[in-house]
Amino acid sequence: MENKEEILKNLKEKLDSVTNLNSLNDVKTEFLGKKGSITALSSIIGSLPVEEKKTFGAELNKLKAEATSLLESKREEIETKILNEKLANEKIDISLPSTKLPVGAPNILEHLIEEVEEVFMSMGYDVVDGPEIEEDKYNFELLNIPKGHPARDAQDTFYIEDETILLRSQTSPVQVRTMLSTDGNTPVRMICPGKTYRRDADDATHSHQFMQIEGLLVDKNISLSDLKGTFDVIAKKLFGEDCRTRFRPSYYQFTEPSVETDISCFKCHGEGCSLCKNTGWITVSGAGMVHPNVLRNCGYDPNVWSGFAFGFGAERLAMLKYGINDIRTFYQTDLRESATFDRKEA
Amino acid sequence: MISLNWVKDYVDLTGEDLKELAVKVTKAGVNVEKVIDNHINNLVIGEVIECVDHPDSDHLHLCQVNVGDYVTQIVCGAPNVRKGLKVIVALPGCILPGGVEIKAGKIRGQESNGMLCALCEVGVEERTEENFNKGIEEVKSPLKPGSDANEYLGIDDVLYELDVHKHRNNDCYYHLGFAYEIGCIINKPVVEPNKDYKEIKENTKDYVDLSVETSKCPYYNCKMVKDVKIKESPDFIKKRLIAAGMRPINNVVDISNYVMLEYGQPLHFFDKNKLGNKILVRDAKDDEEIITLDGNKRILKSSDIVITDGDKPICIAGVMGGLNTDVDENTKDILIESAVFDAVSIRYTASRLDLRSEASTRYGKGLNYEYTSAALARACHLLEKYADAKILSGIVQYDQVDRTPKIVTFVTSEVNSLLGIELTDQDVETELKRLDFPYKIKKGEFTVTIPNRRLDIDPNVNDIAEEIGRLYGYHNLESTLPVIPTRRGVYVGDVKIRKEASKRLRTLGLTETKTYTLTSAEMSTKFRYEDKIQVVLPNPMSMDKSVVRTSLLPSLMNVYEYNNARHVKNVLLYEIAKTYDASYNEDSKIAILMKGSYLIQEWQHKTIKCDFYTIKGVVENLLDYLGFKNRYTFEVTDAADMHPGMSAKILLDREPIGIVGRVHPSMAKDEIYVAELSLTTIYNKQIKPIKFKEASKYPEINKDLAFIVKKDVTAGTLLQQIKKSGGKLLVNVDIFDVYVGDNIGDDEKSVAFSLTFQDSNRTLNDSEVMEVFNKIIHDVETKVGAVLRNK
Repeated sequence: MENKEEILKNLKEKLDSVTNLNSLNDVKTEFLGKKGSITALSSIIGSLPVEEKKTFGAELNKLKAEATSLLESKREEIETKILNEKLANEKIDISLPSTKLPVGAPNILEHLIEEVEEVFMSMGYDVVDGPEIEEDKYNFELLNIPKGHPARDAQDTFYIEDETILLRSQTSPVQVRTMLSTDGNTPVRMICPGKTYRRDADDATHSHQFMQIEGLLVDKNISLSDLKGTFDVIAKKLFGEDCRTRFRPSYYQFTEPSVETDISCFKCHGEGCSLCKNTGWITVSGAGMVHPNVLRNCGYDPNVWSGFAFGFGAERLAMLKYGINDIRTFYQTDLRESATFDRKEA
Repeated sequence: MISLNWVKDYVDLTGEDLKELAVKVTKAGVNVEKVIDNHINNLVIGEVIECVDHPDSDHLHLCQVNVGDYVTQIVCGAPNVRKGLKVIVALPGCILPGGVEIKAGKIRGQESNGMLCALCEVGVEERTEENFNKGIEEVKSPLKPGSDANEYLGIDDVLYELDVHKHRNNDCYYHLGFAYEIGCIINKPVVEPNKDYKEIKENTKDYVDLSVETSKCPYYNCKMVKDVKIKESPDFIKKRLIAAGMRPINNVVDISNYVMLEYGQPLHFFDKNKLGNKILVRDAKDDEEIITLDGNKRILKSSDIVITDGDKPICIAGVMGGLNTDVDENTKDILIESAVFDAVSIRYTASRLDLRSEASTRYGKGLNYEYTSAALARACHLLEKYADAKILSGIVQYDQVDRTPKIVTFVTSEVNSLLGIELTDQDVETELKRLDFPYKIKKGEFTVTIPNRRLDIDPNVNDIAEEIGRLYGYHNLESTLPVIPTRRGVYVGDVKIRKEASKRLRTLGLTETKTYTLTSAEMSTKFRYEDKIQVVLPNPMSMDKSVVRTSLLPSLMNVYEYNNARHVKNVLLYEIAKTYDASYNEDSKIAILMKGSYLIQEWQHKTIKCDFYTIKGVVENLLDYLGFKNRYTFEVTDAADMHPGMSAKILLDREPIGIVGRVHPSMAKDEIYVAELSLTTIYNKQIKPIKFKEASKYPEINKDLAFIVKKDVTAGTLLQQIKKSGGKLLVNVDIFDVYVGDNIGDDEKSVAFSLTFQDSNRTLNDSEVMEVFNKIIHDVETKVGAVLRNK
């Protein structure tokens, strides 16, 4: 087939000038249509000697395939060009504002409490809740705070019924209830974040309603050193790996020995600044070994069981951590402020 | 306030750096807030040798003052300045408390080389107008001009300002007790004050007859002294009282205060000659009256304790004496009272009468009975020495004191396991000696008697461990972790569902709020859609926090108003909190408030505003998430403070669990939507586990239709009928149009539905779908009274 190369050359030349799908079809018809120049070659086959027919047929198929391929790649080229032109016309201004999805921020205290809960749950502490209207015996008596103790004076606690029913002034009654709910022979690991109430006039640093995060561990052979080690872990997780801790002697009716726990100031790292009042330390919680009377009152034999308890003020932690100066911030929900908390912690 | 000069009387502080000592004391548990060393330079005693009026002033004086080495001119405005007066002079270079520096200069043209000082100007008294008006200090002392005035003022002392925890507020609140604390910290013995005195033959018993008729006075001692000479106190007493913030008055009154500051035991001195021969201690009678020595009439209650002369009150026990038996400048004979009263009762009385004094505060903390008698003896010693008193023999006494000693037995290993340290028996002995706690050790078992001065210590090994631990130093403890099995903690009870609901609502774009449980009576009347009685506090702190809320919605409305006032346009809120009724039944509530836009796309005009259907969607989404799909319904309701046409009851398994709807326009003119659900009710319901449902492989057939009905027929009614008639093959129904207007009656509406039919096992054929479709039309027409549109 002498003119094969010529036919393909001719086809290529024609395709070069094709710019749209219509003229591409015309070219296709001219070569591969019923009366096309390539199609016309197949009529020659009949007139060829038998021995040439096979070769010619093969040659012809090859020619058809090459021509089709040329036409197809041209088609793709044109279609891509058309699509690109179309897309270019659809271009939008991506700088226009998005559809604003609503913000779903946690309350700042809850945000902090959830973080603390996660740390404690990873250490095996259950998160337990209890009633806010509480009986005197759970809030005071079983906690080794007998009638007449200054902590119970009416100026501190909201009583609902004289000396019997009150708005809980601490979350410790949840610990009492938890211990009493066991058989007195079961280890306890729990925290009980929750609301508490005291007769304080509300101002920037006082609130009649506030949140405590108290915790309790009761087991065998638990020591004050274990409390110190546990507090170290918590402090590092909440305030960073470089956080140092210290214990100072303190006093609570339901723990003995009692300590106040300080962390090294995370702002100045111990050098002294306004946050830590130039001491380099910030007091974050009270803690101690569970008083034997409390263990006994709650059904645990203090000769067999020991444990530690601790309590953080959620507001204080949040104020320190986020640099909040007014405790009322937590209870006002200014949406311009709370929106910041619609994200994960760093 | 503790004077270290005073402490030095009982414990040897030689060689101690008092600032470092303060740090040690703090580490051991008694917080020294401030170390005050107020020595003022260039402050001397002077004598006014000439005093004339300033030529250009109607109140200033020109004084020639002898300041020891020389005489200098000082201008002074005090009304009491006069020739011959000994004064306190701040010379040039002196810096007074508050940072005022004294310089030589001219006042109205006259040279002035210093300043004559009032006590409030040198930091000995408070800077009040009253103190200022007293004028300059009139020094009555043999000190020569030029002597250091610091010594006269008692500011040659170092003071510790303590912030003592309640439990140590007893023994660290007086000098002897604090001396014991210092003694154990620096490991030095304590020497108690001198209590010696001579007695005359006459016996107190011949002069006083005592009876106690109240259970609130377990211990009452009195002793009489005669022929006291009222005069000024010796310098050391005056200085120490001033340092402790008390004003010296005369030797007798000062001695009673001095002994109180020394032993923590308040004493009361009665003028024996105004008293008669009888002392009766009893509960007061309601409305009984007494004029206290401040001249005020006090009305008593039966919960107060009074000292009487057998008939009328002469003293409110532990709180304040009566004017009728007060010691004055003519007093000769004194009856000294040293007693223990019930601490709770004293606290209560002092607080009710607003009469908190040094004495009542101390009674209120409880007293060590050993010091009750010691203080009495000490007072006799001082009265004999500084008031020339003759001490009568005998003590008239009432004694019901429980003297059971506090004894604790333990072994060293118990202390070690509580603290996590390793002490030997010898170590423990060393610590007990430092503490001055009497002990015995037998076969490794310690028996310790707790001294009575430590009211805070109970006979428990934990208390001993604390005493040893704080001396050992908590900073020396190692950090260990409890040796216990590892596990992951869980949310117990309804905490879990609260967290789940909370996270879902945040995901839906609502911001969590936290508001107060206590509300005002007015707020508590809002949104009373439930028939609940509320808890009202019997003694509220303020009226705006007097009721325990049963609904969170009034509080959410407050949060809305707060934000609205700050021009926050879109307010999407929720709160989850506990509520209580008058039977103290707990009901945790989820409350939601939505106002403004939910999805904002202003420039394309595609913003979605919050309306009834938005909040309904939030409620449904939450209930679906919590596992209650298809178990809830909404029913028209007419709840308090809700728009009567736009509110619904939410029912779960046909049981009401809350409400949803628009806030009544009379309450808020803005379009505000709220919902409230009982999380407690939801929590108590069971839900089924998630089950996988395979999507049908067979094609679905969609058919639309519309019905015309009377306007008061709800879409829900139509929907319910369609679902019921559609049976199993009808897998979904959507409402895609609700039309009111032309071509249908004024009282009618058209509701258009899109129905989807499908079977999970086979391809449906047209005729069976048509059969169900026609049944739906028939049923809806006949049972709901609707007409198929475009029939």
